[in-house]
Amino acid sequence: MKSFAALLMRDVRLAVRVGGGALMGAMFFLIVVVMTPFAVGPNLRLLGLIGPAILWLGGELATLLALDRLFATDHEDGSLDLIRTGEIPLELAVAAKAVAHWLTTCLPLVVISPLLGLMLNVEARALGWVALTLLAGTPALTFIGLVGAALAVALRRGGLLLAILVLPLTIPVLIFGVAAANAAIAGPAPFGPPFTILCALSLASVVLGPVAAAAALRYAME
Amino acid sequence: MAVIDFANPTRFLKLANRLLPWLAVATVLTFAYGLNGALHAPDDYQQGATVKIMFLHVPSAWLGMFGWMLMSVAALGTLVWRHPLADVAGKAAAPIGAAFTLLCLVTGSLWGRPMWGTYWVWDARLTSVLVLFLLYLGVLALYWTAEEPGRGARAAAILTLVGAVNIPIIKFSVDWWNTLHQPASVFRMGGSSIDPSILHPLFAMAIAFTLLFVTLHLAAMRNEILRRRVRAMRLIQAQGLASA
Repeated sequence: MKSFAALLMRDVRLAVRVGGGALMGAMFFLIVVVMTPFAVGPNLRLLGLIGPAILWLGGELATLLALDRLFATDHEDGSLDLIRTGEIPLELAVAAKAVAHWLTTCLPLVVISPLLGLMLNVEARALGWVALTLLAGTPALTFIGLVGAALAVALRRGGLLLAILVLPLTIPVLIFGVAAANAAIAGPAPFGPPFTILCALSLASVVLGPVAAAAALRYAME
Repeated sequence: MAVIDFANPTRFLKLANRLLPWLAVATVLTFAYGLNGALHAPDDYQQGATVKIMFLHVPSAWLGMFGWMLMSVAALGTLVWRHPLADVAGKAAAPIGAAFTLLCLVTGSLWGRPMWGTYWVWDARLTSVLVLFLLYLGVLALYWTAEEPGRGARAAAILTLVGAVNIPIIKFSVDWWNTLHQPASVFRMGGSSIDPSILHPLFAMAIAFTLLFVTLHLAAMRNEILRRRVRAMRLIQAQGLASA
């Protein structure tokens, strides 16, 4: 447990210090949202309708942005080998890295999403619910992306491959995330069922993602 | 004779070479029978002659899914038993499965134009087959990026298994999302809802398509083994040149 916390703290520290790019995801998210009205027009009613979808798509792409650095930098400077030969099981180590990624990339997204929702004319009383769907759904994105990052780490042009591998697998998360957000805004469908399925997807990927990612890393590095 | 006996590529090649002509002949014969039956099947009372697209559409959909199942079994063989032919089998199945899935999408879209009035709708079944096609493309991209065949095979095997876990979830979520395509009508509780005059040639076509898949797969495996031998020989040759 101590080494888990140490690894987690190390990754968080690396991310928030110079050159880490912790807030890059949030900035990218902001830019995607700002670009949307230029693409679809400043019609507030239309923006209110597609607002949750834009927030979710932007959040998903911003999560992806930081994923290819998850193992790539450690692989380049050799610390991934140290982690792999360390006393802590590789599954737990990759889970620690994923949690660090979520804390530094996804949590800022969740925090600024009500503000961006306001800019997209999402109803004020639903802003908190939309942020809640992002809070519940982004762990699934991180932990599914973890597998893709582990698969791509040893390959050249891995970063480009990552998006192709990971995005189709995240379709269910997107569907239920947007469904829950829309239910919170407009109804009449209840918020509960899609939201609980979203939570289930997140929990399942938190359990299965590290196992698959650790297997992928072992094969990539032998 | 156990599966492990065919781990020897030379023995496998011998067997494949012996089987392939027979399989090819069987494929051609079943296709002749199935196509003949399909052409003589009665037109549908609503859809007219366009129902004949079904004889290509439904078997390719089955084989698109069969391809991923085969790859998942091969992936288990690669990861669990390290069977040397399993990664060859998985790699050979990927482009064939992708081709059948694309065939299913194309024929379905050509069928949808006269029946639904549009080439494409974002319906649950169509969308989940499209996602299956995207997953195939991801596996193919992984194979293309890997420089060393063995390493690419293990990465692709993990991705295949992750996909196998995900495909039912994607199917379920997309069903939740939107539904227009008719539900399954060939296999269902209380018997098939399709008339025997159409069902019979459909099964013949399904067998013909499966035989085609097996033939192509076996040939592709043979080619892949030969390709790897050529690669190994080239490496040895290059090594000899370098040390000389």
